[in-house]
Amino acid sequence: MNTARPVKEKPAASFAFDFLYKYGTLITVFVLILVFGTVADNFLNTSNIINILRSISIVTIIAVGLTVSLAVGGFDLSVGSTASLANALVISMFVWHGQNIGIGIGLTLLFCLAVGLINAFLVINFKIDDMLMTLATMFIFQGVALTYTRGATISQNMILPSGDFATGKIPAVFEKIGQVPWIIVIMVLVVIVVHLFLTYTKHGRYMYMIGGNREAAALSGIPVSKYRLAAYLVSALFAAIGGIILGARVMTAEVNSGGPYLMDAVAATFIGYSVFGAGKPNALGTFVGAVLIGILQNGLIMLSVPYYAMDIVKGSVLALALALTYYKKRH
Amino acid sequence: MSVIDKGALSYLKGRIHLRSVMETTAVTSTTLSTEAPLLQMKHISISFPGVKALTDVDFQTTAGTAHALIGANGAGKSTLMKILSGAYNHYEGEIWLDGREVHIRSPKEAKDLGIQIVYQEVDTALIPNLTVGENIMLDRTVHDMGRRHLIRWKELYQEAESILARMNIRVSGKKLISELTLAEKQMVLIARAVSKQCRILVLDEPTAPLSHSETEQLFKLVRKLKEDGVSIIFISHRLPELYEICDEITIMRDGQLVKSDRIANIDQPKVVEYMLGAKMDQQFPRIEREIGPTWFEVNNMLDSGKINGVNLHIRQGEIVGLAGLVGAGKTELCRAIFGASDTSTGEIRLGGSKLRIRSPHDAVRYGIALVPEERRREGVFVEEPVSVNLTAAVLSHFSKWGSWLSFGKEKQAAREMIERLGIKTPSEKARVRNLSGGNQQKVAIGKWLLVDADVYIFDEPTKGVDVGAKRDIFNLVAELAKRGKCVLYASSELSEIVGITDRVYVMYDGSITKELTTRSSHEEEILLYCTGGGLT
Repeated sequence: MNTARPVKEKPAASFAFDFLYKYGTLITVFVLILVFGTVADNFLNTSNIINILRSISIVTIIAVGLTVSLAVGGFDLSVGSTASLANALVISMFVWHGQNIGIGIGLTLLFCLAVGLINAFLVINFKIDDMLMTLATMFIFQGVALTYTRGATISQNMILPSGDFATGKIPAVFEKIGQVPWIIVIMVLVVIVVHLFLTYTKHGRYMYMIGGNREAAALSGIPVSKYRLAAYLVSALFAAIGGIILGARVMTAEVNSGGPYLMDAVAATFIGYSVFGAGKPNALGTFVGAVLIGILQNGLIMLSVPYYAMDIVKGSVLALALALTYYKKRH
Repeated sequence: MSVIDKGALSYLKGRIHLRSVMETTAVTSTTLSTEAPLLQMKHISISFPGVKALTDVDFQTTAGTAHALIGANGAGKSTLMKILSGAYNHYEGEIWLDGREVHIRSPKEAKDLGIQIVYQEVDTALIPNLTVGENIMLDRTVHDMGRRHLIRWKELYQEAESILARMNIRVSGKKLISELTLAEKQMVLIARAVSKQCRILVLDEPTAPLSHSETEQLFKLVRKLKEDGVSIIFISHRLPELYEICDEITIMRDGQLVKSDRIANIDQPKVVEYMLGAKMDQQFPRIEREIGPTWFEVNNMLDSGKINGVNLHIRQGEIVGLAGLVGAGKTELCRAIFGASDTSTGEIRLGGSKLRIRSPHDAVRYGIALVPEERRREGVFVEEPVSVNLTAAVLSHFSKWGSWLSFGKEKQAAREMIERLGIKTPSEKARVRNLSGGNQQKVAIGKWLLVDADVYIFDEPTKGVDVGAKRDIFNLVAELAKRGKCVLYASSELSEIVGITDRVYVMYDGSITKELTTRSSHEEEILLYCTGGGLT
């Protein structure tokens, strides 16, 4: 029996919650800026602000990909591993194989799209829960990246297993990608493009519908599997871009370099759910979430909080964002 | 053919006579057998907020008999049985057992008195990853362990096996529940019910998911229990089965008891007559329309045990009813036609040409629309605004350059549709979750009106919808047909089938068992075929 839901008078507490839910993240950002700005002298310097933006750009790009996978009701936990793989691939293309920048980046993106394809195939065809399946592939691709690099760091002039020095050079143009202003420009472009895609195109609308009610979406004639596949491809693509930029920034491929970005990306995305009261994964919100984490991290370091305690703070922020999101869902 | 016709004819004659009989004897219960009744429920009434579900019901059963309890959807049979099993504590009236008044206000009190109930959904009552033995002994493991913490496995299985043996159920106690067939699960459930003291056993539509041979197995068990002196209350919509297994029958309608008698004293058409009672007048639209040539055809549709080779066709401008009880396979057929079942096979033709439908996406492209039964789960996006819901199936019409959404056009179309269907919503931006059931359904239908499909399939479109919205929906359906669309209208509300359709297919147990022209048929006849009667 489906009875009419009576229109309830909202109590004041509910209004307060709605307001905090919608604008809480933004208010937190401003409060943090005020607090850190008064406590730490250098916090509001232009150079520090640019520093913060640069520090969040890789997280943001990876998180935007994750946002798309969440939009269709999926969850791509393998983004960190994909970024590691991309980092290893792109650096090795230059250092080991002496490829030019176009082929180096192109091939890397292509390989990482294959990762997305594998994720989508497993999740869609075997009807496995997205989070569990990508937890498994997260380990697989992390392992693939490690095996590919033989568990070692790739860098210019490294000693190869044969005993020779690697002769390949990383192109100077590639280095530029990882530097200001380009790294920030790329981040802003990614956020804007995905925001427009999700909000203003038919395809974005379909993705949200699939995320909202997969059965109803299918029965409305939306090709659900195609869009879920597309979402995993997009997710892997942005993870790969994140990994490539990481490579450009540090000019090496460290072991499991992309791994730590997973948690930050998840946190940024879930904090983003509530921004402007969207109540669903969205690119602008994800950006705000990344800014929040970036400011926290930067400010706390300025206040001499040790780096090893940072995970406690980030984890707590994620827990809070999740609590808000799930509390909202039930009310 | 001639047999059926003759039966229908004599039944028709009887029907006119019956009406007058009914008016004089309605709402009286005759005394059943001469033996002292085991169970008596006296003057039972219960109300829920806004509804009076049962009014002054007197119900009684005798030990060692099977008692059929029958009534249309919402007649109150489940409510009555729930009271008996202690699910409600706010009813009025008395319950007597063995001539003594008893107090039943909680499930535990009912169980302690030996009243056991087996619900239709066997899968929710059994734990699939435990063995048969563990499931049978579940109640005892949970309630009767006292201070003991270790399970005595040998004892548990011995006892379980002895219960199974006593009841002639040939299932190993060591087998996992997940490995059993539906019928076996059902029997394990019954074994569990009688593993403790059991004097009254309520079986709520036990045969609905079972095949013919499985039903036979179940009936053997029921007969055995009868011999043991258990009083069985058997709820089912399948009339022939009731006649096979039951001794007495009680018919309910609109929360009241209409008739109690020995089943031998009432024939099948009479039962149907009592179930329906006087018809309530509903406003069905009378729109004159042209019926064109056959346009939509479904040939030999099969779906793994749920649909057995269905053929049907619809002419342009024709409303074809798909009648059948809950579980007859109507929903499965609608979904199969729409490409929403992975396991279905069959040929679908539109305007003579064969369609390749592998998914709902294909179906929609070919111009087929389905308004599904489970509205909230399958029909609408509750978190999205009305406008987004309405344009869901035709978003391409509201986007330029292939995919860029034009919000202005969407808003305009949404407003027009809200106006046209009379959807009660503050604006097109309101989330669908805040709308009433009837208005949600209008949104689910409105989505397909924007599509302009050739074939419209409605699956129980008036379920949970208020009277006003129902009338609006009937009008919409008739209007679609007037515009030359093919309409398939699946419903278990037979008054609607009779009121709105031109032709009816009756479904029973996954097959279409009868095709009728609505004008020359009537509700009783359709219900008779729906319950599997009238064909033998």
